Amino acid sequence: MSENQQSLWQFMIEQSDKLLNQTLQHLGLTFISLFFAVLIGLPLGILIARKQKLSGSVLAFAGILQTIPSIALLGFMIPLLGIGAKPAIVALLIYALLPIIRNTYTGIVGVDPSVREAAKAMGMSAKQILFKVELPLAMPVILAGIRTATVINVGVATLASYIAAGGLGEFIFGGISLNNTNMILAGAIPAAILAIVLDGLLALIQNLNFKKLRKILIVVPVAILILSGLYLLPKAYGNSLTAGFTPEFMGRQDGDLGLKSVYGLKINTIVISDAVMYKAAFEKELDVISGYSTDGRLKAFDLTILKDDKLIFPPYYAAPIVRESSLKKFPELESVLNLLAGKITDAVMTDLNYKTDQLHQSPEKVAKDFLVSQNLFKVSKNSKGGIVRIGSKIFGEQYILAEMYKMLIQGNTNYQVATKTGLGGTKICFDALVNDQIDFYPEYTGTGLLVLLQPNAEFAKKIAHDKNQTYQYVKDEFKKKYQIKWLTPIGFNNSYALMMRRKQSKDLGVYTITDLKQYLDNNK
Amino acid sequence: MISVKQISKSFGSTFAVNQVSFEVLEGESLILLGTSGCGKTTTLKMINRLIVPDSGEITIHGKKIYEEKPEILRRNIGYVLQNNGLFPHYTVAENIAIVPKLLNWDNKKITSRINEIIEKLHLPESYLAMFPSELSGGQQQRVGLARALVTDPSILLMDEPFGALDNVTRSSIRKEFKALEELKRKTMVMVTHDIHEAFELADRICLMDKGEIIQIGTPKELLYQPVNKFSEDFLASEKLSLAFKVASLNDIWDFLPASDHETPNIISSTENVWDAMEKLQTQSRLGIKNESGDQKNIDFDQLTAAFSQYQKNPVS
Repeated sequence: MSENQQSLWQFMIEQSDKLLNQTLQHLGLTFISLFFAVLIGLPLGILIARKQKLSGSVLAFAGILQTIPSIALLGFMIPLLGIGAKPAIVALLIYALLPIIRNTYTGIVGVDPSVREAAKAMGMSAKQILFKVELPLAMPVILAGIRTATVINVGVATLASYIAAGGLGEFIFGGISLNNTNMILAGAIPAAILAIVLDGLLALIQNLNFKKLRKILIVVPVAILILSGLYLLPKAYGNSLTAGFTPEFMGRQDGDLGLKSVYGLKINTIVISDAVMYKAAFEKELDVISGYSTDGRLKAFDLTILKDDKLIFPPYYAAPIVRESSLKKFPELESVLNLLAGKITDAVMTDLNYKTDQLHQSPEKVAKDFLVSQNLFKVSKNSKGGIVRIGSKIFGEQYILAEMYKMLIQGNTNYQVATKTGLGGTKICFDALVNDQIDFYPEYTGTGLLVLLQPNAEFAKKIAHDKNQTYQYVKDEFKKKYQIKWLTPIGFNNSYALMMRRKQSKDLGVYTITDLKQYLDNNK
Repeated sequence: MISVKQISKSFGSTFAVNQVSFEVLEGESLILLGTSGCGKTTTLKMINRLIVPDSGEITIHGKKIYEEKPEILRRNIGYVLQNNGLFPHYTVAENIAIVPKLLNWDNKKITSRINEIIEKLHLPESYLAMFPSELSGGQQQRVGLARALVTDPSILLMDEPFGALDNVTRSSIRKEFKALEELKRKTMVMVTHDIHEAFELADRICLMDKGEIIQIGTPKELLYQPVNKFSEDFLASEKLSLAFKVASLNDIWDFLPASDHETPNIISSTENVWDAMEKLQTQSRLGIKNESGDQKNIDFDQLTAAFSQYQKNPVS
């Protein structure tokens, strides 16, 4: 593909509309949440400065909120607030709260007691003391808190794209999934610049003397409000249905790009993470999503796959890919890994995924039960041989496969096993393999072709729909380019698919992607 | 007039102030003297309700202070703090204008009154636009005083007003303070631990210890008629220099020799012996004029001789 040779600058110019839009969204998200954080944090800080008995528990609570991992926090928000701007703003607000409360408290408590006493002794009321003495004197400290909160928010706001709230995270996470460095940088560099510029501006304000501070202090809330407004810029809402696509899907020829060019599908689209997409569809936040055909949640949330009648989604047959050097080092490895070849069909994989995702069985148990049912399970020999390192991407199916391989290796050979599961995305997993951090991981033929090798578009289109041609091509190319061997496919095809709620699909009479396009065209 | 009746205040189980009563007459200056922790500051702060007494009653001009809103009460009482308590984010002019603004004075009146008060306190006009941090400690304290005096309150409370200053600045500012016309008719309560300061500025001194009043009286009474050993010991180390300070030239007038050597340096007989001695360090003779216009011209030896005559039987 020509994108290979594209410079970052070209990419940014080409995507300037999107980039500008994401940057504005990012600023908007940052400042809306900051605005509400100040609205809540400032009075709370004042309150605990007044009633110091409360300060310990309030600060501890805000501190605990701060320690919740951002992804988890975004996850918690979905059942409460759905997806999109609302939960993202609330999550960001929660992160911004602690520095603002703490600095307001510290600032007010730190006011020289003799100044406070003088104010009181001259006959100022409590309100006058607060507004004319305590807050102005605490202002540099409070501004420092707002500054910290702003920088935190610019960073955390990149995660907002996970729950369809937009921002520069769309490029960053899209780029990671697509192995597209330009795309990652096009999101990461503006985000970093935003953080640095905002930090610098607020530092300037913070270090002004009292005289200038007084004048400029009016500017700060106004600026926060105006910047908040950026998020509310009207978006082009096309029609009645809403689609939620992963960042990876958005940027792929066999994803959103293909839907547009081959089907001419025009649908109001938001970008969302795979982790929350299915649930959002189930809860009617979304109508169409880009899922994986073997995903267990398909079954759990009663979703149905729209038929890809123009065949834009190439097959994704899974097979372990192994470093050739590792095969030399562990001569028994190949035959053991091939024990699983052809054993798992689409339906079996969906069922296995359903057991982990929805019945919450551990991948270990699911893997063991399956191997036992196939008479492949052998008790671990607990040997002390060389260590085989298994990698996996960060989703359920890969965990299950990794467990199965682990048990097979331990039961059939004298090697030990180390698992490095949960490697972020295709790029991270593949880089780990190329750099000899892992020995093998399960990869998909389509991904190998379109994400990792990226041959020119025409050639890719020609072979992508043929299972055998694709497999042969990636096998040859990986051997040549990376000295990595594709073993025999496991059997199932985990391809992209568009999905809808079964009931809605029936109600609207939409069963194929072409149906969907027609429905959308008729219901503008 | 301030009347304090049997006020007590305890923090935890210890009495900070125990059954304290005194009166301050119109135009009088009463100084609360004692070591730190004796309850003098607590007593002072109860007068403008910065601290609420557990029991007892305080009236100002015959009116109980708890019948008024504390803000209103405080706006009519000048207050000077040890660490000046100037607002660091206000200019000097804005600092001085705080109480007038609380009292809703119009801007014209505020400006003219500020100009008047800074002139009296020898503060240059160029200071008005400056921030407190740009001034020296002594100047800051002057601004603090200007702030307390700007509305010409009839009552002034001062908590160690010169406590944070170095010795040199302190004695010069104290002298200025004493000569200040604005203060002459004020009813004043001031807290200090500095015996000399108390003796120089007080009409009456209220000596306190462990939250109780040991003795109230004029400086002379404290010096020559101590009520108990504590009172006596408290002043013992400074007794001689205090004696020079409490004795006015009027007190020793009769012991001074009449002489005709005219001198251009003339002081009033209401000045104390200490000040006269200081002046005679730099000049050989000093003329002293009493209320009836008589003048005596003396040198240092004559002054000290007259003082020792007086000391044999000091008038109290």
